[in-house]
Amino acid sequence: MATQNTKTLARLMMAPSVLLLLVWMIVPLAMTLWFSFQNYNLLNPANVSFTGFFNYEYFYTDPAFFQSIWNTLVIVGGVLLITVVGGIAIALLLDQPIFGQGIVRILVISPFFVMPPVAALIWKNMIMHPGYGVLADIAKFFGLRPVDWFAQYPLFSIVVIVAWQWLPFATLILLTALQSLDGEQKEAAEMDGANFFNRFIYLVLPHLARAITVVILIQTIFLLGVYAEILVTTNGGPGYASTNLAFLIYRTALLGYDVGGASAGGIIAVVLANIVAFFLMRAVGKNLDR
Amino acid sequence: MARNVTTRHKVTATVFAWIVALIIFFPILYTLITSVKTEPEAIAGFSLIPSGTFENYVTVQTQRDYFKPFMNSVVLAVGSTILALIIAIPSAWAMAFSPTKRTKDILMWMLSTKMMPAVAVLVPIYLMFRDFGLLDTRIGLTVMLTLINLPIVVWMLYTYFREIPGEILEAARMDGAGLWQEIVYVLTPMAVPGIASTLLLNIILAWNEAFWTIRLSTTNAAPLTAFIASFSSPQGLFWAKLSAASTMAIAPILILGWFSQKQLVRGLTFGAVK
Repeated sequence: MATQNTKTLARLMMAPSVLLLLVWMIVPLAMTLWFSFQNYNLLNPANVSFTGFFNYEYFYTDPAFFQSIWNTLVIVGGVLLITVVGGIAIALLLDQPIFGQGIVRILVISPFFVMPPVAALIWKNMIMHPGYGVLADIAKFFGLRPVDWFAQYPLFSIVVIVAWQWLPFATLILLTALQSLDGEQKEAAEMDGANFFNRFIYLVLPHLARAITVVILIQTIFLLGVYAEILVTTNGGPGYASTNLAFLIYRTALLGYDVGGASAGGIIAVVLANIVAFFLMRAVGKNLDR
Repeated sequence: MARNVTTRHKVTATVFAWIVALIIFFPILYTLITSVKTEPEAIAGFSLIPSGTFENYVTVQTQRDYFKPFMNSVVLAVGSTILALIIAIPSAWAMAFSPTKRTKDILMWMLSTKMMPAVAVLVPIYLMFRDFGLLDTRIGLTVMLTLINLPIVVWMLYTYFREIPGEILEAARMDGAGLWQEIVYVLTPMAVPGIASTLLLNIILAWNEAFWTIRLSTTNAAPLTAFIASFSSPQGLFWAKLSAASTMAIAPILILGWFSQKQLVRGLTFGAVK
């Protein structure tokens, strides 16, 4: 149907975005790769030299490196666990007939629209502060000693904040998927005497499988790069206790002025993200063929 | 036999749902309440009843010039979204209406650029911004946000455009409509809802972007994300004023967000869940 003319036109129409993204992807990435093999410190920019794999070795042997990888995994894993399990539970609850459904949905979805620095500061000062936070007030009410969350459980505190931000996202997507479940199937299962547990395992969960996959993959992409929440609460500390890979690279680059080392870390982050992306692309790609 | 929903079941579900919803919403609600307390009240222990003062809002404006970062946020979010739409609409259009064998590959590749971790290119981007004098400028940040969100914008538009039936185009052509007429009278009215949804979601994403906006700005072009992050130091504002600043930073986007729940699911899952 399409003539040669429209084909040319189509190519022209696509050119700007394709070219922009191509440049945007290749240029900085090539520079990062190049820097990662250079001995380049911003405090001594005149003295740049080739160092081979020294930066990778340096980054790799830094004890903070493994801690940051571990912290990254804890943040991603912890938040995924809370949001997926919690998201399914809340979605099931909101799928019931309830009074004021619209308002309940709005309340539940709200945290997703709170910008990361605000979310982190609200939790840091209003909720988890050992002197004036709500949790401290509750502890005092029961005669307990308030917990200094960010000093004693820094990583856990960050997981809680990030999970609060992403729980609405998981809930909303799982609820949308849940609502597309055929009502007749549910009724049939009920009439066959399947109890709630059986219906959940054999009917609801398989139906949600795809939505759960999508939630896990998309969240993972964002969770690998958690940054602002750490910056405004613990600043990566105490020590490196709450430094993830993204934060370690930022520290190396802009606080340590070590361009080479940060670039090597950046390349490692790219490799990690690619492993995740590979699976996400397959899941989304399948949908395209439909 | 219809499913029998008893009132008791509904009441139980309602009670649980409201408890869960209020717990999730509580941090936002408490911020709102704290923002209309006086400073001594704010740290006097748990209380849901404020004295109802608005002095915090006034102080945030007079002492910290709240309006400036607010305007920066508006300019960056709206500017980058419109720029992204201008670049993305022709692409998405071409991919939806004249797909080739490679269209799918191009779409997947565009999505893959979104997977690149921001920190990985922090160093080169920072150095480029420094060398071109783009650090802390609205133009630099607008371009940055445009590029970051471009893949999502193309994808969202594509999933919307793809649902416009091709037969309508053929019918219009048979009736002798030229390309221009086709675009103005047939496609535009059908495409507007999709474009509006994309616009809405992208403004939300750009407003809340908190890595590049914090790292590439200091004062002049700093949007609300950077403005609020600057309060993390102890010598920043106090509880009530911080709450007032936070409330003003999230209120516009919270309200926009409430209207965009459906688009959110679709946009953020790249059409995989509708």
